Amino acid sequence: MLYVAAIFLPLLGSIVAGLFGRFIGDRGAQVVTCLLLGISAVCGAVIFKQVAIDHNTVTIPLMTWIQSGTMDVGWALKFDTLTAVMVVVVTWVSFMVHVYSVGYMSHDPSVPRFMSYLSLFTFAMLMLVTADNLVQLFFGWEGVGVASYLLIGFWYEKPSASAAAIKAFIVNRVGDFGFALGIFGIYFLFDSVTFDAIFAAAPGKVGATVSFFGIEWDALTICCLLLFVGAMGKSAQLGLHTWLPDAMEGPTPVSALIHAATMVTAGVFMVARMSPLFEFSDTALMVVTLVGAATAFFAATVGCVQNDIKRIIAYSTCSQLGYMFFAIGVSAYQAAIFHLMTHAFFKALLFLGAGSVIHAMSDEQDIRRMGGIWKHVKVTWALMWIGSLALAGIPFFAGYYSKDTILEAAFAAHSNVGLLAYALGVGAAFLTAFYSWRLLILTFHGKPRADEHVMAHVHESPAVMILPLMVLAAGALFSGWLGYDMFVGHDQQQFWGASILNIDAHKTMENLHHIPGWVAILPTVVAVSGIVLAYILYAVAPSIPAMLARSFNGVYLFLLNKWYFDELYDYLFVKPAFKLGRGFWQGGDGALIDGVGPDGVAAATREIARKVGRLQSGFLYHYAFAMLIGVAAFVTWYMFNAR
Amino acid sequence: MTDWPLLSLTTFLPLVGALFILAIRGEPQVVARNARNVALLTSVATFIVSLFVLGNFDAASAEMQLKESTTWLPGTNIAYTMGVDGISVWFVLLSTFLTPICILSSIGAVETRVKEYMVSFLVLETMMVGMFCALDMVLFYVFFEGVLIPMFIIIGVWGGARRVYAAFKFFLYTLAGSVLMLIALLAMYFQADTTDIPTLMAHSFPQGMQLWLWLAFFASFAVKVPMWPVHTWLPDAHVEAPTAGSVILAGVLLKMGAYGFLRFSVPMFPFASEYFTPLVYTLSIVAVIYTSLVALVQEDMKKLIAYSSVAHMGFVTIGIFSMTPQGVEGAIFQMLSHGVVSGALFLCVGVVYDRMHTREISRYGGLAQRMPKYALVFMIMTMASVGLPGTSGFVGEFLVLLGVFQVNTWVALFAATGLVLGAAYMLYLYRRVVFGKITRDDLKAILDLSPREVAMFAPLIAIVIWMGVYPPTFLDPMHASVAKLIDNFELARAAADGLSVAAR
Repeated sequence: MLYVAAIFLPLLGSIVAGLFGRFIGDRGAQVVTCLLLGISAVCGAVIFKQVAIDHNTVTIPLMTWIQSGTMDVGWALKFDTLTAVMVVVVTWVSFMVHVYSVGYMSHDPSVPRFMSYLSLFTFAMLMLVTADNLVQLFFGWEGVGVASYLLIGFWYEKPSASAAAIKAFIVNRVGDFGFALGIFGIYFLFDSVTFDAIFAAAPGKVGATVSFFGIEWDALTICCLLLFVGAMGKSAQLGLHTWLPDAMEGPTPVSALIHAATMVTAGVFMVARMSPLFEFSDTALMVVTLVGAATAFFAATVGCVQNDIKRIIAYSTCSQLGYMFFAIGVSAYQAAIFHLMTHAFFKALLFLGAGSVIHAMSDEQDIRRMGGIWKHVKVTWALMWIGSLALAGIPFFAGYYSKDTILEAAFAAHSNVGLLAYALGVGAAFLTAFYSWRLLILTFHGKPRADEHVMAHVHESPAVMILPLMVLAAGALFSGWLGYDMFVGHDQQQFWGASILNIDAHKTMENLHHIPGWVAILPTVVAVSGIVLAYILYAVAPSIPAMLARSFNGVYLFLLNKWYFDELYDYLFVKPAFKLGRGFWQGGDGALIDGVGPDGVAAATREIARKVGRLQSGFLYHYAFAMLIGVAAFVTWYMFNAR
Repeated sequence: MTDWPLLSLTTFLPLVGALFILAIRGEPQVVARNARNVALLTSVATFIVSLFVLGNFDAASAEMQLKESTTWLPGTNIAYTMGVDGISVWFVLLSTFLTPICILSSIGAVETRVKEYMVSFLVLETMMVGMFCALDMVLFYVFFEGVLIPMFIIIGVWGGARRVYAAFKFFLYTLAGSVLMLIALLAMYFQADTTDIPTLMAHSFPQGMQLWLWLAFFASFAVKVPMWPVHTWLPDAHVEAPTAGSVILAGVLLKMGAYGFLRFSVPMFPFASEYFTPLVYTLSIVAVIYTSLVALVQEDMKKLIAYSSVAHMGFVTIGIFSMTPQGVEGAIFQMLSHGVVSGALFLCVGVVYDRMHTREISRYGGLAQRMPKYALVFMIMTMASVGLPGTSGFVGEFLVLLGVFQVNTWVALFAATGLVLGAAYMLYLYRRVVFGKITRDDLKAILDLSPREVAMFAPLIAIVIWMGVYPPTFLDPMHASVAKLIDNFELARAAADGLSVAAR
């Protein structure tokens, strides 16, 4: 009951706030959704205790969903350690964001709608993580996609927000296209889509081949790769990442909840959930590693030159998700989920902190027009420092434990791609520290660059916004230290139980505790040097960055324009789609089909009728002449045939 | 209750209502009001009767049920035979469910010749229901063609500016196909010496003949579905038809073609069906991709949804010819879902058309601000059209793709692009109509849904969610009939294989 309540209370809140928002008012909607989510969060904590700590894995079947032939899918809630971790993260971060939104959205005309969407999202996300089969997971997957679409486009009057919303949905759909094919492939292979059945049968399918799309594939590899395409879309990995920075058009609490802490990590969760499949396909794991490492590095480079405070953090998210993926790629699923959890806390903190800054700066988002405000917003400033320290992986903050574990795991995989991932990961760690402090210094320190009018209004946010930040800051401070032993330390096997599989050939999780000392220290060293560099460039000698940008104009523009992915896709897909559509419509339907078909036939009929009509001249000799010709023709034909 | 002729009752009850309406005399306004009330009452009563049909239907059996039979044309063995199985029973319900909603939507929208309008709709309902119940080929043909007449009149009389062109295009297209079907029906009669559909399903036609018969039926059904490239009548017909006409057109009339495939082509000509499957796949894939792209660039709301219908029906034909349980059930489910969803989308267009008298997308924008209820309804239906899990659209599409993936991965791959393209054109439409700022003065005074409109949409939304969350209600009664269809198909195929082996 408690388990079911944890999942469905947010849905209830969403319905109440959405449909009856007009009757209960703004305050009513806020109270209802926050309260229900609070209860849900408490339930989430209890679930974590019972499932993850006391190891009581349960599956609660609710009812049948789709049954056709041998295809049988039900609605069910599956709770194991992996799910419990996600549930507790999702409910708590979501609860904090709900509370924060009460303050942040207080001046908005449609508060109930916003609260309703937030709760709807939470419900979909919980359905995703508690799924016991791929189709229900897909339900949650698409559900969070819609909620994200609605929230990005929340300020629907802004054309850029609507555009970003559509972009997010459609790019995600491209990923879902792969995901759906993956589900079909798995059903083809296993004749089932429930996790237990798939995982039980997976070892037996090693080495099996199938022929999909005219190519002979290793069966498990192609299924994993197709699923991974879905994960790439949802988790904004290189190639399908373009929607995430644009998604920052949504209100800041949305960015914190959906585009940092929870939804974007769904891809990571899904691949971790499918570990009993991925483990048997080295090729798929290699692809995951490469894509993850490339994303981690790519996004970090772009993050260094952006000027919008939220976009910097968005690219940072993208980059951190890359870390999680390459951790998975080297079979360190545990480390990936560990980082997922710590990241949820400190990234939500950073986003909400950024929201607090934006709030204080009268909706200014460009860090070039900030600076010198730390004295006015001391709490926010301190919290942003904590978040940044955690993100950069400075010792004893949360990110230090999880990120270092990932890098160590990459090294400990002892494979070429693992080493490559380690190298790119260390590089990205340097850049991460650099852009984080660039952000901090430009936002809070130095001389104020905003006009006096804005500066006069700079104020600390109300308690309802600061309190959630404090809770998240506590997570950013302690979650790494508290979780280390359970998630990746010596209690890990007991903690994870059967929810994650590592086959014997992949001993990364053991090996990572036996690596050379320099491997473990290097990330911290580069992080500190990144901070130092940012300090030199932006605090000591602020003229250098501009000079660098001038002298390496090409590189600068390349980074500033995000490696020109948007332009490329626009040129390759969007424009041709419209052009083709217009061509098919006017050329195909209009000229060809209608022209030759109905309109053509009609015109031809009219034409023939007109010509035939002209024959009927009314003159007797015309008819007589035609008759004579006819008779002559018949006689001739008869004579020739008679012979 | 079981010994009542429920199917005939469902079929002809609307006709009785139509006669009542014809008898109404008096002041034009009184006539209009009474005609509306009678039509609404009759259609609701018909829906209730059709629920009894469902209630008396035994889901476990694959046989034709609630059968009625009387001699019709003495001297021949052509009889008046009615009956439903797990496939057709749903289409009967779909027809009776949509008709009252259509009549409800016409209140306020149709002000001229109300009496005749209501009569046309009730006659149309009789024809539709009769067609889905008919178990005699000739009876089927009569209803199948009979549907055209009221529809032709509805488009031609109450339609938009180019209504005559659209009506003729619609009529000629569909009639051209039907002529070939009539010839095929005659040929079948002479070959099998019966017009009884269940008997014909058991009859095995010579292989060479099957090919010709299949093509003749295909000509008729493909136009109705409509499949690419004989779809161009649909956008015109939709654009010119009044809202309720579009709803029925998309909701029920398009299903007649696919129903025909299930009732005639596949069970009666299994050899030909298998032979022509690649053709159907190809045309369907083209339909999905081509019409989705065309939908993307439309400037008229109704045209856009009309093109989306073609794309969605592409999924249906793919599913039917995949000949897997998931594919066929998915196809049927998709038809039901599309009937409700596209009907609702046309109603959504109708709502704003009634207020603004234009369907041009660029004339709108920012409706969310003035019409939050409308925005919600439109959003739900958009999502259902896109195939969001939890709505009816997902189950059908998913099962079709799952089914066809088992037999042909290429088809699944290409058809699945519809997931992306469908999202693109629907969301693009939604964005242009509902999102954005209100800039035009006339939009600033637009009113949100009236209680009547809410009453119209509420059942549609309920059914969309119901179908998406708990589809067994709808899928379970199909299982037996679909299994029988597939079993017979496989048997016939095995027999044909044996035959060709023996001939060698």
